[in-house]
Parts: sequence; structure tokens; C-alpha cells
Amino acid sequence: MKKAFPILGILTAVFLSYALYLAMVVAPREQTMGDVQRIFYYHVPSAWTAFLLFFLNFLASIQYLVRRNPSNDKIANWTVITLAVVTCVAGVVIGVVPDLKSALPEGTYPSSIATTGIIIAGMYFLVRKLFSVEATDALAVTTAEVGVVFCTVVLVTGPLWARPVWGIWWTWDVRLTSTLVLWLIYVSYLVLRRFSSSGQTPVMAAALAVFGALDVPLVYFSIWIFRTQHPQPVIGGGGSIDPRMLHVLLMNWLAFLCFAFLVCWSRYRLERMKREVEETQALEALLEPRSMTR
Amino acid sequence: MNFLYAAYGATWAIHIVYLITVARRYSRLKQEIDELNRK
Repeated sequence: MKKAFPILGILTAVFLSYALYLAMVVAPREQTMGDVQRIFYYHVPSAWTAFLLFFLNFLASIQYLVRRNPSNDKIANWTVITLAVVTCVAGVVIGVVPDLKSALPEGTYPSSIATTGIIIAGMYFLVRKLFSVEATDALAVTTAEVGVVFCTVVLVTGPLWARPVWGIWWTWDVRLTSTLVLWLIYVSYLVLRRFSSSGQTPVMAAALAVFGALDVPLVYFSIWIFRTQHPQPVIGGGGSIDPRMLHVLLMNWLAFLCFAFLVCWSRYRLERMKREVEETQALEALLEPRSMTR
Repeated sequence: MNFLYAAYGATWAIHIVYLITVARRYSRLKQEIDELNRK
């Protein structure tokens, strides 16, 4: 594992450089916005990566809460399985009934509903398989922190695109405001974890994370549901994009995902080490008075 | 073009600053581990 990290680091650096080359040189120049549109190749992948990390934080937080009690754990497992089955059945029913199919938002397919349910259940059980209860808490801190970094990139690159295109840095529309609220929720999560010394901090933080994650779908679907100044979705939701631009966008997302994975890996190792040191220090503190009395 | 460079530059500045904070926390933790080992 120790050898894999630098190799993956070098591969990710090469991949990120190639993705940057694609974004700056290979992607076609957008006709109305010009070169400033290329900000999109960093802005959108950063947003998707942040959403994914917050979703992992949500899964880890739920598991930290439910797995401490075996009966709750069983209920949660069956709930996830039931949800996956329900979304699959819903996908099939919507696909068969024309009236229901036509009621779906433009660009949404019945198969995507079923696939989403299966992916969510799969990720839930993957996290459960790979991480112990204590490890899920460390995973939650890691994903929240790295997610906030990516969300910060989104909030910085967005206004840098908006200023030349809209003529303003910021507007209080639903997409922008809900993204800012999402960022504030996870910053408050990190502040809580950093400054609370109560033994119940991980439980309180996990509860906050579960409610905070509810903002993620609101941010994502806000441009589908509400009329916003933010551009409409380019993938799904009836949007369209030049295939060459889509290729560059997906390559950049893949490169940022590799980068996020590496950063999470190092941050997770740091968190586990920190906890081991704290445990050792606590043990030492317990043993010290005894050695003094001897 | 200036806004494009600013956006790309800001992205990497944010990531690099974060990586530096992680590296600093790691070295501080290493020091603590060394101290514990010495005890």
C-alpha cells in the first residue's frame, strides 16, 4: 500500500495535466462566451466531486449512527434493500405506463431511476463492508473536509465565470444560494468536530451531516425545478452539449475524482493516526497517577 | 482570458493550500508519535 500511493500520485498528476491540456487546447471555443466558458471544465467536475463526497459523508454518518445498535443496523439494511427494490419496480412501472413516463422531467429516463436506487444501495453496502463503526466516523470527517475544499472551488470559480458573462459576481438565485448554504452546513460540521470536546461530538456531527446532506439534492435539482439565472443542466434535464466538450468534461471529472481519492486517502490515514495517538495519550494519562503512587 | 486563468489558478491555489495544511498536521502528529515513543 505504501508503494501504491506515490505511483498513484504520479499517475494522477499526469492525468490532471492531460485533462488541463484537453480543457485549454482540445475543447472547442464556445461561440458566445469565448474562452471564459472553459472555467466550466473545472467548475462542474468540482461540484460533482463535492456532491459525491458529501454523499459518502451521509452514508458514513448514517452507518455510524445505526451500527452502534445491532437492531437499528438490521432495520437500516432492510430499509436500503427495500428502497433499492422499490426504485427498480418504480423504474419498470414508469417505463411501461406512458402517462407516468411523460410526467418525468425532460432528460430523465425510467432506467436512471432504477440505476440510482441500485447504485445508492451498492455504495451503502460497500461502505459497510470496507469500514468498521469507528472507521465510518473517520471516513465522515475525511469526506466532509475534502468535500468542503471542492465546494470552495465551486464557489470561487462560479463568480469568476459569472463576472464576464452575467456582468455580476453573484446573485441570490436558488442554485447559488443553496450551494452557499451547503458549504456553510459542512463548514459548521467541521467547526463542531474541531471545537467540541464532548464525548457525544461524533453522534451530534453525524446527525448534522444526515440533515445537511438533504441540501445536496436541492442544489442539484434546483435548476431543473426553479427558473434560475444559473445555466440549465447540460447533461440530463433536456440540455445538450457538443460531444467533444462532453468528453473533455468527463475526462476532467475523472482526473478530479482520482485526485480526490488520493487526498481522501491521505486525510483518512491522518485521521486514523490522530485517533491512535489520542488513545495512547489517554491511556498514558490514566496510568501516570498510578506510577506516581507506587 | 484573465478570468479563465484566475479560475484555474484559484482552483489549484485552494487545493495546494489544503494539501499544505494536511502535510503540516501530519508532521505535527509525527512529532507527537516520536515523543510518545521516547517516553
